[in-house]
Amino acid sequence: MLSRVANSIYWLGRYLERAENYARFIDVNFNLMQDLPIDLKEQWHPLIAATGDLPIYEKKCTGYEKNQVLYFLGFDAENPNSMLSAITNARENARIIRENLSKETWEKTNELYYMMQEGLEKKVWKKEDPRPFFEKVKNQILLIYGIADSSVARVDGWYFRQLGQFLERADKTSRILDVKYHILLPSDQEVGTPLDFLHWMALLKSVTAFNTYRRLYGNIDSSNVVEFLVLNKYFPRSIYHCIKEAEKCLHNISGNSGGGYLNSAEKAIGELRSKLEFAEVSEIIGFGLHEYLDDLQMKINRISMEVDANFFTIRSNNTSQPQSQSQG
Amino acid sequence: MKTDGYNAGEHYDEMITEDGEIRAHYDEIFNHLKKTSSRKMGQLQHSANQTQRSMGMTFNVYHDNQGLEKILHLDIIPRIIPNSEWKKLEAGLKQRTQALNMFLQDIYNERRILKDGIVPSDLILKSRDYLEPCIGLTPPKGIWCHITGTDLVKSKDGEYYILEDNLRCPSGVSYMLESREIIKRVYPDIFNQKGVMPVSNYPTKLLRMLQNLSDKPKPVVGVLTPGVYNSAYYEHSYLALQMGVELVNGVDLIVENKRVYMQTTKGLQQIDVLYRRIDDTFLDPETFNPDSMLGVPGLFEAYKAGNIALANAPGTGVADDKAVYAYVPQIIKYYLGEEPILNNVPTYLCREENDRQYVLDHIEELVVKETNAAGGYGMLIGPKATPEEHAKFRELIKNNPTNYIAQPTLSLSTVPTLTEEGISGRHVDLRPYILYGEEIEVIPGALTRVALKKGSLVVNSSQGGGSKDTWVLY
Repeated sequence: MLSRVANSIYWLGRYLERAENYARFIDVNFNLMQDLPIDLKEQWHPLIAATGDLPIYEKKCTGYEKNQVLYFLGFDAENPNSMLSAITNARENARIIRENLSKETWEKTNELYYMMQEGLEKKVWKKEDPRPFFEKVKNQILLIYGIADSSVARVDGWYFRQLGQFLERADKTSRILDVKYHILLPSDQEVGTPLDFLHWMALLKSVTAFNTYRRLYGNIDSSNVVEFLVLNKYFPRSIYHCIKEAEKCLHNISGNSGGGYLNSAEKAIGELRSKLEFAEVSEIIGFGLHEYLDDLQMKINRISMEVDANFFTIRSNNTSQPQSQSQG
Repeated sequence: MKTDGYNAGEHYDEMITEDGEIRAHYDEIFNHLKKTSSRKMGQLQHSANQTQRSMGMTFNVYHDNQGLEKILHLDIIPRIIPNSEWKKLEAGLKQRTQALNMFLQDIYNERRILKDGIVPSDLILKSRDYLEPCIGLTPPKGIWCHITGTDLVKSKDGEYYILEDNLRCPSGVSYMLESREIIKRVYPDIFNQKGVMPVSNYPTKLLRMLQNLSDKPKPVVGVLTPGVYNSAYYEHSYLALQMGVELVNGVDLIVENKRVYMQTTKGLQQIDVLYRRIDDTFLDPETFNPDSMLGVPGLFEAYKAGNIALANAPGTGVADDKAVYAYVPQIIKYYLGEEPILNNVPTYLCREENDRQYVLDHIEELVVKETNAAGGYGMLIGPKATPEEHAKFRELIKNNPTNYIAQPTLSLSTVPTLTEEGISGRHVDLRPYILYGEEIEVIPGALTRVALKKGSLVVNSSQGGGSKDTWVLY
């Protein structure tokens, strides 16, 4: 397929996943805030810290008031990673490669865009409970996935979108997990208390992982949650699973059936996959969860750069320069 | 809906006669409108608008700061053309397309028609649309204008007149196709009873026509677009999707050894036929406009070497110039030895002294057009313009006579249209599409453009026009 088209499909996958995860981020915090004792203040700062966009936020705003943070994460066009920006970019990529999408995929993506525009007009972030809106956005994105799942041929285009989706999801799961690191407990003694459990439960619920976790591990335990979200082989939002699926996509694209690697993108992802495959959760905790996640995010960025170099970079015929999109 | 007040007024109305009789081919629609509440019609119109929006049936307007994408309003009351009328249109359009194609082949090669003095040489050879690099070229299968979208209007006498032969990259066909899908949902029953000829196989025919241009058994076909910011991008991607071919930008293509390749994730892949929606002079910065950022360096050399077919062929623009238009009846007689089936609008060429004097004296009654402008720009509608505008155009004509032609003001026919004041007649034109492949074929449908403002004659989408589904009956 055309390199330019592959590039757009890949980013369509990433931006949709990004928007969906932002809806989840916001949901984590709402869940959390509602369970807090009244003497504890609402914390919206950790959410922005986890997205990695604190510098942009602090340049624009002072304080971490709920409405402000929701606007920044949801609707701020000046935040390149807000839901609005991600969905606008997803739709723009879809528009560019519309001839490669099914009619339904395009139409639902287009509707999603207008849904966000409507939310912007209605100033959804000012509502007392904006969750129904974010739920609606999330469902629309899930609908797009569902349509694609049952109507898109498993050829290159499919694998490029999946590749983008899984790399983005791996990154975002690491960031959701990182929210916990940024949330302040009243004191060190609170680790392992009911309040601490509440945090972990809210986090699991935000990635629709709570019930699955319960069935697998029973009690809430921080190192089990970390193991589940980072290393679990079967849960579709665990980082290992995302990386493994992304690797399969790369193999399908290159026709690699013998394992190992055929290009530098496969090499980078293979290294990360095997690292996760053989890791123990105790190593992660020992290394420091936040530091470990930081390192993962950098490795995922590196993979994305290799994908770009291998498949999307085109030779200039002197008419224009190749363009690359935001790593987020 | 209230239909009592509907009348033809001083124009030719396609639904109702001067005497207030409903024309037979509009019977069912008229009765349907009569018995459907205006509330219901409003709802249907609203849902058609919503469908257009979610389909993303948008066009981009240049110099407009209200946002990049606009929806071309689709009025839900169809425009209906009876079969007998269509038969004549079809025959006339085939004749005209064939003659214009022969004309193009001639002026870039033997120039018989110029030597015989039928068409003035300087009109052709000095035209900025006459492309020197094309001299001596015969495109694959000898076809120049593969896709034509001719503009016609129906006048007071009930006859069709050709307004413009669009031989370059006529747009709008996607509206014909998508509008039909939407309108089918609005009138499911009438559609079955009435017998409307289908248009939905257009993409199949277009693909077959494009494939026919290559001698390879399985040629690789692509649509070449200027990109997502072009006003007709929606259509480019729509056609590529419907034909199942690649939509390519200039940056995707590279020329090596006079062959054209697409840059894919698996390396270079040769492409054989391009349905290009980029203007001639932007195709190749090495041959034409060196500043073009849209084209592909070396593309024209590959074309000359016969390694890529381009539809339409570069160089066709010279034949749809508004001054050359005046000569088309003679062109038809010259090549085919036949009388033209379809009427031309009488045209005064300001380059000719007698004509020019007539235009300067009668400018209040005439429509003055720039020979090279499109989209309703650079135009004066005499009867509607102010004395200052008349004076301004007199000066423009005197300073640059070759740049202008004038025609009598035509009374465009009206078609019932859903407006805020109920059903009311609005002026329309007609753009059918003609494909020139193994044979010439006129698609039984058209883009009908409608001037939504009461009394307005300007149907262009960029200036407040909308569209209608056009039904050609069996």
